[in-house]
Amino acid sequence: MFENLSERLSGVFDRLTKQGALSEDDVRTALREVRVALLEADVSLPVARSFIKNVEKKATGAAVTKSITPGQQVVKIVHDELIATLRGEGDPGKLKIDNPPAPILMVGLQGSGKTTTTAKLAKRLKDREGKKVLMASLDTNRPAAMEQLAILGTQIGVDTLPIVPGEDPVQIAKRANTQASLAGYDVYMLDTAGRLHIDEELIAQAAAVRDVANPRETLLVVDGLTGQDAVNVATEFDDKIGVSGVVLTRMDGDGRGGAALSMREITGKPIRFVGLGEKMDAIETFEPERIAGRILGM
Amino acid sequence: EPKRALDDEMLEQLEELLIASDMGVDIALRVTANMAEGRYGKLLSATEIKSLLASEITRVMEPVARPLPIYPKTPQVVLVVGVNGSGKTTTIGKLSSQFRAAGKKVVIAAGDTFRAAAVEQLQVWGDRAGVPVLTAPEGSDPAALAYDAMVKAEADGADLLMIDTAGRLQNRADLMEELAKIVRVIRKKDPDAPHNTLLVLDATTGQNALRQVELFGQMADVSGLVMTKLDGTAKGGVLVALADKFGLPIHAIGVGEQIDDLQPFDPEEFADALVGLERN
Ligand SMILES: Nc1nc2c(ncn2[C@@H]2O[C@H](COP(=O)(O)OP(=O)(O)OP(=O)(O)O)[C@@H](O)[C@H]2O)c(=O)[nH]1
Ligand SMILES: Nc1nc2c(ncn2[C@@H]2O[C@H](COP(=O)(O)OP(=O)(O)OP(=O)(O)O)[C@@H](O)[C@H]2O)c(=O)[nH]1
Ligand SMILES: [K+]
Ligand SMILES: [Mg+2]
Ligand SMILES: [Mg+2]
Repeated sequence: MFENLSERLSGVFDRLTKQGALSEDDVRTALREVRVALLEADVSLPVARSFIKNVEKKATGAAVTKSITPGQQVVKIVHDELIATLRGEGDPGKLKIDNPPAPILMVGLQGSGKTTTTAKLAKRLKDREGKKVLMASLDTNRPAAMEQLAILGTQIGVDTLPIVPGEDPVQIAKRANTQASLAGYDVYMLDTAGRLHIDEELIAQAAAVRDVANPRETLLVVDGLTGQDAVNVATEFDDKIGVSGVVLTRMDGDGRGGAALSMREITGKPIRFVGLGEKMDAIETFEPERIAGRILGM
Repeated sequence: EPKRALDDEMLEQLEELLIASDMGVDIALRVTANMAEGRYGKLLSATEIKSLLASEITRVMEPVARPLPIYPKTPQVVLVVGVNGSGKTTTIGKLSSQFRAAGKKVVIAAGDTFRAAAVEQLQVWGDRAGVPVLTAPEGSDPAALAYDAMVKAEADGADLLMIDTAGRLQNRADLMEELAKIVRVIRKKDPDAPHNTLLVLDATTGQNALRQVELFGQMADVSGLVMTKLDGTAKGGVLVALADKFGLPIHAIGVGEQIDDLQPFDPEEFADALVGLERN
């Protein structure tokens, strides 16, 4: 099923090289294989399309068509371009948490990993940067969502905002801000309920939370196993709420991670972290080389 | 409605429509090719083309559209498995409510003894559905809980026992072995149990769903599928590839977070939504 790209291309070029030097048409044939590989790796269709267009310009040059190993040349061009796209421009640097208390807003679809990632990041900020962190659950929807964050807080030794039944998310965000200011926290993290990007009411609610909290970072938490819908999720969350970065979860799975490319392309925002498990330490900074190889099955 | 000759360009557009639903390249090519057979060059309107594609997809999906079978022997044990966050716990709440409304006596076992507040979450669903939830302390052995729950369900004369499990990725051999152990222990009590093993898939998942079905199938003998989160823009096209490759029944679909947001899988409705066809 998931034949890797090198194999795919060597098959194509074996057929083609029998006829001597490659024509531009031959390269195009090869790029169709690249396209299939990207789609099988769950890169969203419009993103795959524009990516191929970029690569095509670079791959139709003499360096490829006159090469004795055109297949490898194309793979290299695709691989390099993938890394460049995933990395994007400029160094994203660290999370913006100057000006204490710095709010960080976590958003995303249902079950994408927001609550777990909130706790993982809180732990990371505490352990690595010595920050005093407060976590607050604004999830008034999902059963036991607030308890989940509270339990994780106890596990990792990070405070959570006391649960007050009956408050709405905006009220909780305000209380988190007050509490964080009064008690000298460096960072406060707002975990929110999962919401569909097309759920107008819940998206408006998240925008209202954003407006009262003025987050320094708004992280879109996305399941790394996401398929073609990535393009819709990225577009809508970025348009309606505005994101400053992306976290890809479940990258400990055997998914090919094409959603990384879609997210990066559509939002133009850096992928900050990848989640690599359920445990509280299972989070790492994003490395474009690793994901590029994975998308190409190399 | 204007008509166009069915040509290569149009076929490519149709393939892309299907690929964008997560159907996967291979099966998208096959479905369009089947649809085009004998029609190449014919003048067709957009609606006609979409209806033809939809019928082709419906044809593949009809054999797998089957509700969860109910057996005369009780308690019928239903084990619910899947990757993290796919919707297992919520689906158990919804299913329990439906079965209870149908007059069945249901018991739930909170077999996710790992994730923070998983038990509390399921208890809320149990309350909503009006069904008792059997629990064990966090960190305890889920296989032992499953066994105890079977004993209790039998003693209470329950018709159905729904067992929740912790989410796990199918490539995690250790966690998959834990699942296999749950099945082995359940079989000590009743060699025919679990009578159903439901794999819960998230509609936003792409091609990885194929690996999920394959590996959960190997380790836990999956007998049927539920796809959640079809209330979003994800079309769940990978179900077509799954039907083609594994032929497992699709028992239900999740279309929201509320207790009634579970529907039978309707192949025609699914196919229409997939190709963007509105019937009046
Ligand atoms: N394997 C793996 N599991 C993860 C990862 N991140 C989160 N999870 C699991 O995914 C499931 C859902 O995570 P949550 O943090 O509850 O997700 P959420 O986005 O808060 O969910 P809602 O609040 O219901 O929208 C849990 O079982 C987590 O343990 C990851 O990187 N890898
Ligand atoms: N929109 C929508 N959300 C759903 C659906 N089914 C479940 N959810 C949501 O998805 C999230 C995860 O659902 P759970 O039932 O906790 O998933 P799970 O598989 O038990 O998760 P873990 O036990 O952590 O592996 C919750 O926020 C649910 O409300 C559905 O059909 N549609
Ligand atoms: K998910
Ligand atoms: Mg949550
Ligand atoms: Mg669960």
